[in-house]
Amino acid sequence: MPQKIHIRLAAHRINPSIAVNRRVPKIFTPGQVITEQNEFMRGHGTYEEEGFLKSSVAGVKEQVNNLISIRPLKSRYNGEVGDVVVGRVTEVQQKRWKVDTNSRLDSVLLLSSVNLPGGELRRRSAEDEHMMRQYLQEGDLISAEVQSVYSDGSLSLHTRSLKYGKLSQGILVKVFPSLIKRSKTHFHNFYVGASIILGNNGFIWIYPTVSNAEDNAGGFVQNLEQVVSRPERETIGRLRNCILALIQSKMMLYDTSILYAFEESQKYSVAELLIPEAMVDVAILTQDRLSMLENS
Amino acid sequence: MSKNRELLSKIGLRQDGRRADELRRIRCKLGVFTEPDGSAYLEQGLTKVLAAVYGPHQVRGSRSKAQHDSAVVNCQFSMAVFSTGERKKRPRGDRKSTEISIHLRQALTAAIKVELYPWTQIDVYVEVLHADGGIYPACVNAATLALIDAGIPLKEYVCACTASLANNDVPLLDVSHQEEIIGGPTLTVAALPMSGKIVLMEMSQRFHVDHLQKVLDKALQGCKDIKSILDEAVKSHIQDVGSSTGWASTT
Repeated sequence: MPQKIHIRLAAHRINPSIAVNRRVPKIFTPGQVITEQNEFMRGHGTYEEEGFLKSSVAGVKEQVNNLISIRPLKSRYNGEVGDVVVGRVTEVQQKRWKVDTNSRLDSVLLLSSVNLPGGELRRRSAEDEHMMRQYLQEGDLISAEVQSVYSDGSLSLHTRSLKYGKLSQGILVKVFPSLIKRSKTHFHNFYVGASIILGNNGFIWIYPTVSNAEDNAGGFVQNLEQVVSRPERETIGRLRNCILALIQSKMMLYDTSILYAFEESQKYSVAELLIPEAMVDVAILTQDRLSMLENS
Repeated sequence: MSKNRELLSKIGLRQDGRRADELRRIRCKLGVFTEPDGSAYLEQGLTKVLAAVYGPHQVRGSRSKAQHDSAVVNCQFSMAVFSTGERKKRPRGDRKSTEISIHLRQALTAAIKVELYPWTQIDVYVEVLHADGGIYPACVNAATLALIDAGIPLKEYVCACTASLANNDVPLLDVSHQEEIIGGPTLTVAALPMSGKIVLMEMSQRFHVDHLQKVLDKALQGCKDIKSILDEAVKSHIQDVGSSTGWASTT
């Protein structure tokens, strides 16, 4: 099939930035002195040297009483208890799975913190340990919640709810974790016929909406026989391209922004949405609508 | 031809029209890729370098490399086959590349606060797209920007610069490829410019020890100048990204 391919010179590249002029807080860069006084406590992104409190990352200052920290605009995922994450199983060990969640160290999913098929109150036997690879094997994608954070910064996950579990058919989009807006729910069913999981760790899962959520036995079923119709796949593809457009212009991702981008993108075909001009156009239109929403 | 062979003309101009203490033009850009955690592109004169940083992440491969008290910094230097006048046979893995990789690691480890991330690994990949002298300094500067873009804590910027000696008297800053060919000893210095610490120093030829101090001072001054240029670029990048996100992640 012949396809149009665009190759452009670097000089013709467009600038995806849609930054608006707002009040800019003071920006600190590595090595810069934050304060000379000793009465402050040093938080993340800072260090003490020769009596000065200095920044170690590039970002803006956050102060809570006496605690000063510098938050970088972009970093690996720092987990917090209760976060929804999407991850990929990298290893099966004794009584636990190792999951890559875009954080500094691989997260742990203990066998004891998953719902096994056959009800909540099932005893875990040695049998289950041997069956672990049947439930989840290397390369599988899962959605989970952060149960606790260990002292070395690695996360312990759990899937003790029917919401969580193995993911079957859909698209994974990886973005920088800082672009995901924290909100009450990270599972969204869009009326357009697709659902989305906005993992706090920057992994976004787009999948066809399942109408019947009844036989979700512990969340380890992977129904690969189910045929996803073409319109549904187009919707999923369009959502993905909209998300790419938003992150190209560094816009925050949450249900409203994605839905607005989806609606504004209708004048383009799914493939056209990958052209940089179209992406910026969608981002600008989305931003306009969002600012209208804010002001009204 | 012999006239053109001078490092410094009588009126104090160099081959490319710079004065003795002038840097080449530096242009840089942060966040050029989406896949790595941090990335940067840097031009220093005609030398063009791309850097990408992955991490800190779980140590992959041989797990015995992981250290309980610090992160493992892993650097890989490579040169595109089309980057030099003569097409290169091997983009990486030859002796020169390996040496630069090791030197890069030495310079970056001095700046990164590795003790914050035990059991992890930080990968730095640097690729030279166009080599026109001063490859190593350009790589260090690009890698610094990429590390900052990745949000990895640094003690401060780590910058590098070259300096040479013309007519056995005048120190020259930021040596280009042509000046490297003409001759003259090249001193490469990587430093933490704010505290003035030197993390790496290398010489290609020898000159009299009496000249060392002034050439070294010149190179350190160059590092400081480069630092302020990079600082400017980082600030404008952060401002740009922050305004787009509405500073939302920082409320």
